[in-house]
Amino acid sequence: MSNLDLYSDPHAVKALLARTSEAALKCTRRVTVMEVCGTHTHAIAAAGIRKNLPANVRLISGPGCPVCVTPVNYLDRAEAVASLPGTVLYTFGDLFRVPSSRGSLEKLRARGGKVEVVYSPRDAVEKAASEPATRAVFLSVGFETTAPTVAAALQEAEEKGVKNFAILPGNKVVPPPLRALASDPGVAVDGFLLPGHVSVITGARCFGFLASEYHLPSAIVGFTPTDVLRGILEIVTQVAEGQAEVTNLYGRVVTQEGNSAAQRLMDRFFQSADATWRGLGTIPASGLELRPEWAHRDASLWEVELPAPREPEGCRCGEVLKGTIEPPQCPLFGSPCTPDEPVGACMVSSEGTCAAWYRHERFKKGALL
Amino acid sequence: MCLAVPMQLVEKNGLEGIVELGGVRRKTSLALLADAQVGDHVLVHAGYAIAKVDADEARETLELLAQLGEAAGLP
Amino acid sequence: MKRPERILLGHGSGGRLTQELVKESFLPAFGNPFLAALSDSAILPELPPGRPALTTDAFVVDPPIFPGGDLGYLSVCGTVNDLSVAGARPLWLTWALILEEGAPGELVETCAQGAARAAKEAGVAIVAGDTKVVPLGKGDQIYAVTAGLGVVPPGRETGDHRVKPGDALIVSGPLGDHGATIMGCRHELSGQGLQSDCAPLASLCEAAFESGADIHAMHDPTRGGATVTCHEVAARAGVRIVLEEPALPVRPEVRAVCDLLGLDPLSSPCEGRVLIWVDAGDAERLLAALRAHPFGREAARIGHVEVMREGWSPVSLTTVSGSERPLDLLSGAGLPRIC
Repeated sequence: MSNLDLYSDPHAVKALLARTSEAALKCTRRVTVMEVCGTHTHAIAAAGIRKNLPANVRLISGPGCPVCVTPVNYLDRAEAVASLPGTVLYTFGDLFRVPSSRGSLEKLRARGGKVEVVYSPRDAVEKAASEPATRAVFLSVGFETTAPTVAAALQEAEEKGVKNFAILPGNKVVPPPLRALASDPGVAVDGFLLPGHVSVITGARCFGFLASEYHLPSAIVGFTPTDVLRGILEIVTQVAEGQAEVTNLYGRVVTQEGNSAAQRLMDRFFQSADATWRGLGTIPASGLELRPEWAHRDASLWEVELPAPREPEGCRCGEVLKGTIEPPQCPLFGSPCTPDEPVGACMVSSEGTCAAWYRHERFKKGALL
Repeated sequence: MCLAVPMQLVEKNGLEGIVELGGVRRKTSLALLADAQVGDHVLVHAGYAIAKVDADEARETLELLAQLGEAAGLP
Repeated sequence: MKRPERILLGHGSGGRLTQELVKESFLPAFGNPFLAALSDSAILPELPPGRPALTTDAFVVDPPIFPGGDLGYLSVCGTVNDLSVAGARPLWLTWALILEEGAPGELVETCAQGAARAAKEAGVAIVAGDTKVVPLGKGDQIYAVTAGLGVVPPGRETGDHRVKPGDALIVSGPLGDHGATIMGCRHELSGQGLQSDCAPLASLCEAAFESGADIHAMHDPTRGGATVTCHEVAARAGVRIVLEEPALPVRPEVRAVCDLLGLDPLSSPCEGRVLIWVDAGDAERLLAALRAHPFGREAARIGHVEVMREGWSPVSLTTVSGSERPLDLLSGAGLPRIC
């Protein structure tokens, strides 16, 4: 059951690709499937799936990576908070190299800023407890999979009286950008691969609107090659037949209602807020901020000096994230924007659309299938 | 945002647990999955158990995959 | 062995404290006449026939004591292995320490004993050393810097220029153990089988050469793991290297750590493995020789070399699900991720 290799079985992969080809033959035009989860982007690249899909099935990466969509001003604020006396930033590794107006957390460290990478928000609470003279600030990013873990960490800090633990809220939620994409006439997407682990928390029912309101067949899938391929097959099949349902293909961990304890805990600490998505602008009710009663743990309320935010000129990340252009169409792609010196969001994450393109698609195909 | 791994709960003490995968153990919080029991397979994300893995569903999926492979008539 | 409770600035100033440290901690551990002479330089016997090989290395591993080893043991293994994979028989090492004021004496002693143990296992002597102490806060307890001298026997010629299309790529054992163990220490992951693979490989490399297999190049995949090593070889040899994911030996513990933290075993450092590029016809012979050695029991063929074509990825991986994808160099440190 926990042997993930079974879900990568090459025979099943070949069979799924073959069936997808058959289904795609019945589609009169190109089918575009968008995935909206950074972990899916990574898993798809790691499995080498994209190039083996039928010619008329296009798989694109939407705004699903917390690294890619975290705006410049969040990182600027994080850097400013880090420069307050006694402050230590705790962050997931994902944010470490994301460009801010003046550098990045990695570069901040080199200048003497205190930044530590943690695996869990709990680790930050523990470190705060063991160093009461410091002000610990956890950079809270991620979607609904991660927000409850931060809420649980806050709960623990409250229960244990760890007064010096605060967060810089930056979590986002998935359904609003999906709505924005689904209702944008400039975005040509035929169906969504939905994030399996977000759905673990929210429940499958959270995504029903894609079918009921927008007639977009979508599939909740896990992260192994067969999971992803089963989702693509389901969507292509439905497109060919003119159907639109949201199918849960990750029933081994996703239920209709989701994790109610996690939902309650999220609700205790967070409330909905408008949020800025790098490259997409502000999307209403797409973010999470701390409720007013937790102001004592909210580092976004601290007085800091921020530089004027500098969005890179010529950067077309927004269009890449919406799938309306492909990376090489951005004037900055490859020069000066590269994985080593990323300018915009899509190049920052190791599997952001542009980074993945730069690293994988530059090369000729060497597929064995 | 979704990196989560199925592991087995091998020890439990209130809302604290120890999970294991491939011989590696780590402490995990059960704050989000208080009714997990020792022996359950759980999905672990950022140091928290977030869901139980449903054994029946998992088995069905693996059977489906096996059938797909066979039906394609591959060696 | 009388050891200080904590290292003081005085231990680095060359006076009585330094002498005590050397005489009480280092000499007994390393015990050889060259070092015992305590002169400014070790005067060595004439080199055996062949070409001298010289390497240097620095060690800053954190934590300095980890499952499967310590900074001292690692420092000698790493130096010996650099010589061995170059085809040299390692002979003499230097061992210099930069200690931080306040470092526990016990830590220094553990590392000295670790270095001594590795030297004995590898059949080398530590013939020169130095100790400096930096003020508290200006170091990280203990750093080591080494140099190693060996000799490449006449007639032995390995190097990336010899790697050619058709060659088989063999690894002497499971990948990524050391890196996964260190990351495990930092993020509270533990397991009986999660241990650094740190080991001196002089005799394993000699066994490989003695097998008679036509070995073209050898490297130990340390920083950056097998991925970086393959990229370096591909670039220098002007070839393309394809790895086969189903053939990669990875311990379940290492797989688990990588899955949990979002790391890749191929990018995780090894400190007791060797990658060997060998003429395809000799692959089986080489595998047999490696597997007969205690450090090579799990040796496996993991890939092959192809002609490099314009626009093709220099290093690729054939995945478990059957497709081929480029295997890129990571930008920046491999950090635990949630995404």
